[in-house]
Amino acid sequence: MRLSAQYNAFKTITIKEFLRFIRIWVQTVVPPAITVALYFIIFGELIGSQIGDINGFAYIDYIVPGLILMSVISNAYANCVSSFFSAKFHRSVEEMMISPLPNYIIVAGYVSGGMMRGLVVGIVVTIVSMFFTRIEIHNYGITLAVFILTSILFALAGFINAVYAKTFDDISIIPTFILTPLTYLGGIFYSINMLPEFWQTISLVNPILYMINAFRYGFLGITDIDLTIAFIIIVLFITGLFFFALRLLNKGVGIKP
Amino acid sequence: MKALEIDNLQKIYRNGFQALYGVNLTVNQGDFYALLGPNGAGKSTTIGIICSLINKTSGQVNVYGVDLDRDPAAARMHIGLVPQEFNFNIFEPVGEILINQAGYYGIPRRLARIRAQENLERLELWDRRFDMARELSGGMKRRLMIARSLVHEPKLLILDEPTAGVDIEIRHSMWNFMRELNATGTTIILTTHYLEEAESLCDNIAIIDQGVTIEQTDMRSLLDRLNLETFVLYLDRELCELPDCGDYRVRLLDGNTMEVDIDKGHNLNGLYKRLSECDINVLSMRNKSNRLEQLFVSMLKNNGNNNQAVVK
Repeated sequence: MRLSAQYNAFKTITIKEFLRFIRIWVQTVVPPAITVALYFIIFGELIGSQIGDINGFAYIDYIVPGLILMSVISNAYANCVSSFFSAKFHRSVEEMMISPLPNYIIVAGYVSGGMMRGLVVGIVVTIVSMFFTRIEIHNYGITLAVFILTSILFALAGFINAVYAKTFDDISIIPTFILTPLTYLGGIFYSINMLPEFWQTISLVNPILYMINAFRYGFLGITDIDLTIAFIIIVLFITGLFFFALRLLNKGVGIKP
Repeated sequence: MKALEIDNLQKIYRNGFQALYGVNLTVNQGDFYALLGPNGAGKSTTIGIICSLINKTSGQVNVYGVDLDRDPAAARMHIGLVPQEFNFNIFEPVGEILINQAGYYGIPRRLARIRAQENLERLELWDRRFDMARELSGGMKRRLMIARSLVHEPKLLILDEPTAGVDIEIRHSMWNFMRELNATGTTIILTTHYLEEAESLCDNIAIIDQGVTIEQTDMRSLLDRLNLETFVLYLDRELCELPDCGDYRVRLLDGNTMEVDIDKGHNLNGLYKRLSECDINVLSMRNKSNRLEQLFVSMLKNNGNNNQAVVK
């Protein structure tokens, strides 16, 4: 397949994925906005006002980056996992399998769709947060880079989950039992410096901690971890997950008997 | 030019079940080709492998001279598939399904829209382009899959039971459409359980049974193998007993209807003459059974398959 044809195919999947989640915006874009608004009201306004400052920032300002990134993570993941699993379920995945599409374009297209949902939801959540606090971005480059890389990473993870999933239950197990705990324990609501040393060390195993801290640095200029390590970890995860997803498709896991 | 060549295709599924033991097929460019076999014979597995939906265990598949293993993308460019079961996203608008399918073949979006319109109009679905696919009737969904399969203008179109479950009117319009498509140079492979459909549409035929090709020939040669045909004659008056019909093996079904067995090479002229001498006129006549169906059943029996229930 020629390069221009591959680009057209990639664009097709991206547009298809974009239209899919926009068509059901009440299910995809509105809920994270409401959830985050509730977080701001409860943790930011009601409880946060009693907590005081963390690293020199009001509690509500401290949790803004983590809450935005949490929405990006869960939505990038959810988009890929639900869309690709639905394609398997309806067997519409066969539309791509019989075509000359290279597998890396299929992965890239779905990831791009997941990234778009992460971006749209991230922007909506950022707008919601503006109703509760004044947002100033410390470093636009880092903020945008973490925003994009994190959504790519979790879109890839969602894609892999969908490849293995055999039932609708299988696409909710990972988000419920792994993703949500790791996100909450990744330092959205606290600095790991507040934890005992043992738990600080344990927290360093959580990859989401690096993303949230790098994102918080972009917003506020503060972080609990080294930014270089954070970016290396994110890029390593993306590379590993991409090639793993590609290998699964090449072998036909979950799609070819 | 060979549109499709399959050599000793074998498939063993992960659970150990062997679906194909050695399928061989040769389909020439421009053929209207019937691929027949009872349920579970391996037709859909064969089609799945040709279309890259199923991994083969061994064997070789060439599509328009392109080895599916060496250059799968180039081979897939030539193939269009209308599968047996609906395999589109029912929550997607009809028009978008076609535009996306064209996009997967690398067709730019502007051209994809034009192709989608052309094919939706041909299949009389243009008015439904904004509707979700789930809102279409069964016949429309089948037509949608045909339109989708044509959007990249394939040279080889594989139709896996395209007329299953559609009413007679739609079936006949689909037959006409397939004939037109074949006349414009598209090679067609058709699998069907309606054997009269295969007999009336296809020039060449392969029969698969228990994972092997048991027959591959042209339709005329196959039908020539029939040694006996049975005709039903409708008479202009009621008979109490059979008239003298000489060597013809006749039976009286009821007063106005009789049945005659004709061996290969014989004709009905003598029978007409004898009936005429007895002042009996034949108002109309029909072939009692579908000729291909007769052959199909006997071939499966010879191959050790007694599952006649599959012949509809």
